[in-house]
Amino acid sequence: MAGSDKAGLEKAIEVIDLHKSFDSVEVLKGVSVTAHQGEVIAIIGGSGSGKSTMLRCINMLETPTKGTIKVHGEAIELKSDGKGGLKPANQDQIRRIRTRLAMVFQSFNLWQHMNLLENVIEVPVHVLGRSKAEAVEMADSLLHRVGLYEKRDTYPAFLSGGQQQRAAIARALAIEPEVMLFDEPTSALDPELIGEVLSVIGDLAKEGRTMLIVTHEMKFAQEVADRIIFLNDGIIEEQGDPKILFSAPKSEHLRRFISSIG
Amino acid sequence: MKNWLKLHRIILLIIAAGLVTAIVTLMRWDWLPNYYGDLLSGVWITLVILFFTCILGITLAIPLGLFQVTGPKPLAAACKLFCTLIRGTPLLLQLWLIYYGVGSLFPQIPWIRESLLWPYLREAWPYGVLALTMSFAGYEGEVMRGAFAGVPSGELEAARAYGMSRWTTLRRIWLPRALHRALPTLAGEVVLQLKSTPLVATITVVDLYAVISKIRQETYIVYEPMLLLALIYLCLTGILVVTFRYFENMIPTREA
Repeated sequence: MAGSDKAGLEKAIEVIDLHKSFDSVEVLKGVSVTAHQGEVIAIIGGSGSGKSTMLRCINMLETPTKGTIKVHGEAIELKSDGKGGLKPANQDQIRRIRTRLAMVFQSFNLWQHMNLLENVIEVPVHVLGRSKAEAVEMADSLLHRVGLYEKRDTYPAFLSGGQQQRAAIARALAIEPEVMLFDEPTSALDPELIGEVLSVIGDLAKEGRTMLIVTHEMKFAQEVADRIIFLNDGIIEEQGDPKILFSAPKSEHLRRFISSIG
Repeated sequence: MKNWLKLHRIILLIIAAGLVTAIVTLMRWDWLPNYYGDLLSGVWITLVILFFTCILGITLAIPLGLFQVTGPKPLAAACKLFCTLIRGTPLLLQLWLIYYGVGSLFPQIPWIRESLLWPYLREAWPYGVLALTMSFAGYEGEVMRGAFAGVPSGELEAARAYGMSRWTTLRRIWLPRALHRALPTLAGEVVLQLKSTPLVATITVVDLYAVISKIRQETYIVYEPMLLLALIYLCLTGILVVTFRYFENMIPTREA
C-alpha cells in the first residue's frame, strides 16, 4: 500500500505526541503514528527503544505520561494525576475500547486453568456477552484455522510455545478485533517454532486486517508490513516502505541496527 | 501381579494380618455394639464441624489473602495482623478465650439474652465453630496470599487487555487460578483441621473424641477405644485426601 492511496481510508489508530516515563526515565519522547484501516505496520528497534511500551500504551496497559491515543477517531479519555502525568478518566470507555483491540503477548499469557477452547470463548462469553453455543462454534473454527482443533480440550501447559502462541492468536481473533497488536509474538519461542507462528500472522496480514507488530524478525517484517517504523531511544527515527527502508536506510542508527541483526 | 508378589511384601502382609487378628481376638471389643449410636453421632458432629469451619474459614481466607496483595495498606495491615495473631497463638488458647471469655460475657448483656440467637449462644458449639473458623481463616489467609501473589502477572494482564473489569478478572481468572494453585496445600490443611476438631471436646461439645472419652470412662477400657479413634480418623483422612485428589485432577498440571 503506497502512501498516497491511504488518504481516503479511515484512521484505525492514531498515536499523537506520545510520551511515557517510568520514574525519571523517559522511554517515549514524543511518538506519533497513524495506522489506517487495513494497514500492517511493523515496529522495529533495539531493546529499550520503547517499541513495546508504545504498543502497550495503545490499549492502556501503560498509561501515557503525555499525549493522545485515538481509536477510530475516539480519543481515550485521560486526566491529570496531579504529579505531572496522566491517569485513565473513564474505565468503562477503556474497557470498551480494549474489546476492539486484541493483543498477542510475547509470553502468550494463556489462562492456565482453562483448556484451549475455554481460553478462546472466555472473552466472547464473559466480556462481550455472547451465547456460549455461538462462542464455541466460532472458537472451533478459529482453532481449526490455527491448526489446533484437535487440541481444544488440552491445557496450555501441555503444549509447545508455538502451539500456545497460535492458541493465543485464536483467542485474539475470537473478539473480532478491529486492530491486532502483536508484542514480540515470537521472541519467547524456540527457533524451530517461530515459523509456524509467523505463517499464521502472515496469513492474517494478507486478509487486510489492521495490525501493529513489534518484532525482531526483520525478514518477516519486510514481507508482511506495509510500513516499517524504526524506533530509537524513544523517538521514531525513520519510517517507510519496507523495501526502501531496508535497502537504503537513511539514519546511522538504523544502518547499524540492520547490520547487527544480520 | 507378578511384580507385586515379592517376598518382603508377603512377609509384611503376614505380619499385618497377624496384628489385626491379635487385636480383634485378644483385645476386648464386646462394648462396641452398645455405642454404635454414640459413635455415629460423634463422627457426624466431627464432620459437620469440619465441613462448616472449613467452608466459613476459606470464605474469610480469600479476602484476607486478597487484601494483603491488593491493599489498600491499612486493610492489608489489618489482615496481616489477624493472620499473625491466629498463627502465633495456640488454638486451644483461642478456643478457651472465646468460650470462657466471650461466652461468659454474653449472659451479662441483657439484649443478647433477649435476642433470638440466645438459645444458640447458650450452647458450646457456636464458640467451637467460631474458634475453628477463625483459626482456619488465619492459616489459609496466608496460603491464599501466596496463591494470589503467585498467579503470573501476564495472565492478569491478558484479562485486562481483553477488557475484563476488575471483578470479572477476579471471578474468572485470579481466584480460580489461585485456588487451583493452593489446592494441594489446602488439602493438607483440611486434614490438619480435622485433627484440630477434638479440641472442642474441652468445651463440652460431644464430637467423636468426646464419645471415645465417654466410652473409656464408662467401661474402664483404656486402649481399645483409642485404637478405634485412631482408625476412624485415619479413614476420614483417607477420604479427604482422595476427594481433594479428585478435584486437583480436574485441571491437569504438568510435572515440572
